[in-house]
Amino acid sequence: MNVINQDAAIVASESVESAVEQAKPVMKPLKPLQRFKALFAAGPVKPGDAFGAPGQGKSTMISVVTSISLLLLWAVSTELGWIKPLFLPSPFDVVARFWEVATEGFANATLLEHTGWSMFRVFSAFALAMLTAIPIGIFMGVNRIARGLFDPIIEFYRPLPPLAYLPLVIIWLGIGEVSKVVLIYLAIFAPMALSARAGVKSVAIEQIHAAYSMGASRWQVTRHIIMKSALPEILTGMRIGIGFGWTTLVAAEMVAAQAGLGFMVLNAAEFLVTDVVIMGIVVIGIIAYLFDLLMRWLERKLVPWKGK
Amino acid sequence: MNRLQINDVSVIYPGMNGGEPVRALSDINFTIEPGEFVVALGASGCGKTTLLSLMAGFIQPSAGYLTLGEHDNVEGLPRVACGMDLNDQITGPGQDRGVVFQKHALLPWLNVVENTEFGLKLQGVSKAERHERAAHFLKLVGLEDFHQHPVYQLSGGMQQRVGIARALTNDPKMLLLDEPLGALDALTREVLQELLLDVWKETQKMMFFITHSVEEALFMASRLIIMSPRPGRITHEFKLDFNEKFLECRDARKVKSLPEFIEMREKVLAIIHGDEQEGGMH
Repeated sequence: MNVINQDAAIVASESVESAVEQAKPVMKPLKPLQRFKALFAAGPVKPGDAFGAPGQGKSTMISVVTSISLLLLWAVSTELGWIKPLFLPSPFDVVARFWEVATEGFANATLLEHTGWSMFRVFSAFALAMLTAIPIGIFMGVNRIARGLFDPIIEFYRPLPPLAYLPLVIIWLGIGEVSKVVLIYLAIFAPMALSARAGVKSVAIEQIHAAYSMGASRWQVTRHIIMKSALPEILTGMRIGIGFGWTTLVAAEMVAAQAGLGFMVLNAAEFLVTDVVIMGIVVIGIIAYLFDLLMRWLERKLVPWKGK
Repeated sequence: MNRLQINDVSVIYPGMNGGEPVRALSDINFTIEPGEFVVALGASGCGKTTLLSLMAGFIQPSAGYLTLGEHDNVEGLPRVACGMDLNDQITGPGQDRGVVFQKHALLPWLNVVENTEFGLKLQGVSKAERHERAAHFLKLVGLEDFHQHPVYQLSGGMQQRVGIARALTNDPKMLLLDEPLGALDALTREVLQELLLDVWKETQKMMFFITHSVEEALFMASRLIIMSPRPGRITHEFKLDFNEKFLECRDARKVKSLPEFIEMREKVLAIIHGDEQEGGMH
């Protein structure tokens, strides 16, 4: 606030001077320093903001500078040898390793193969969860018997860390692909089902009453009002769910995997190839972020009324 | 001609946490005559909305029954005693009673015209006929240029216009309006009061309208009922013609400043304030 006010005062006093000189007020262009400061300004202030909710205003430039500074610090500290490459390899080594794994491969598979296997596991679990969790969640919302049946099961296993029931899944389903997909599926299922259920609960009773008054049957109310109304929450549940999916990936690929990003990271850690570990983490992060962007885009397309 | 009859209706809600049961409505006997504009006015908790929910069929009476149809009742006798069938009894919500809510009732994933024809679509009416009927009523409420607009981008007043058009498109026997103008600013409110009177005159439908505003009630009503809480009941009834006066002269301010309007307003205010003080002592 102070910074902007000072800037405004400078600009104002300058325009007063020029008004005296030219008898016609002309705003001078901002000096480089002021222009630099303006990048970090909170943006135009609405009336009431100064004493409104805390934390308003733009933060993009601050985030960009933070990211660049961290990358710089990483590059400088490793290149100057402050940290041993075993603990933190330089970003250039990581990029070089990225290229090497992409072309030649690591642990008997190229980066594309690792990524492909992981995406296959996460997305088949995600698809399976969509097909089951969303209908079950909606059913739990509209039917008390379904709610009674599924509630204790979901609420019991939901807070458990997937690593805790991984051994059980392996005992039951073996060490093949099925147990990996099922582990990720279980992690995605709970948040998705609970979001769908919460979505059903968020329907305005007026909308339901209005539909009945227009001659809707119970099924039509469920189909045309409840399922549409629940859509924003279902999409949020899908976003949260896929996040859980990526979180569980490494755990799923701990046992008897031949390829996969999680497997690649674990395998590299065993041989202390730290640059592959970091590279794998970055790749998982980027894929997860891109998918989140896609989901947000979908949200804007499918539920433009959300929050309005 | 259609009329709505309420016969010895009581509604009793079970007590919360083992408390005394609440008599939301007690022994209501009341008839809305064909083409009548009935307005219900009263302090909070007097059962206005419960009465509307009964008419809409959202809730069932604990005792008594409601009918909507063309049969006439014999004075003083329940219909069963007169050997009449009960086919016209209200047992649930239906398209013969259109409801307009205070807010939150439009479907944001549909645009204006899709919202308006939603009921017809549910009933499987052909697309061409749906569009024609929706267009007719959207024109009646002044939204002929907004067919494709998303409803969540409309102002509150325009959303209520859509709500009114949507209720009319199903060609109901009556409209039930639950404080439809309560959430609007004062200027929009007056514009929509006039619009509703025009709609009433044009369609000749029975109206049951709930409001908290004494002035609005007097301006709109052919018959005004004043309700009182604990137990909810109708305490006063007035036949009014300020709405007819407006439809003749089309000057709302003039009607609302007539000496008889102001006199009536004070009288009604005195009744309602009496109720509230009584309620406050409990």
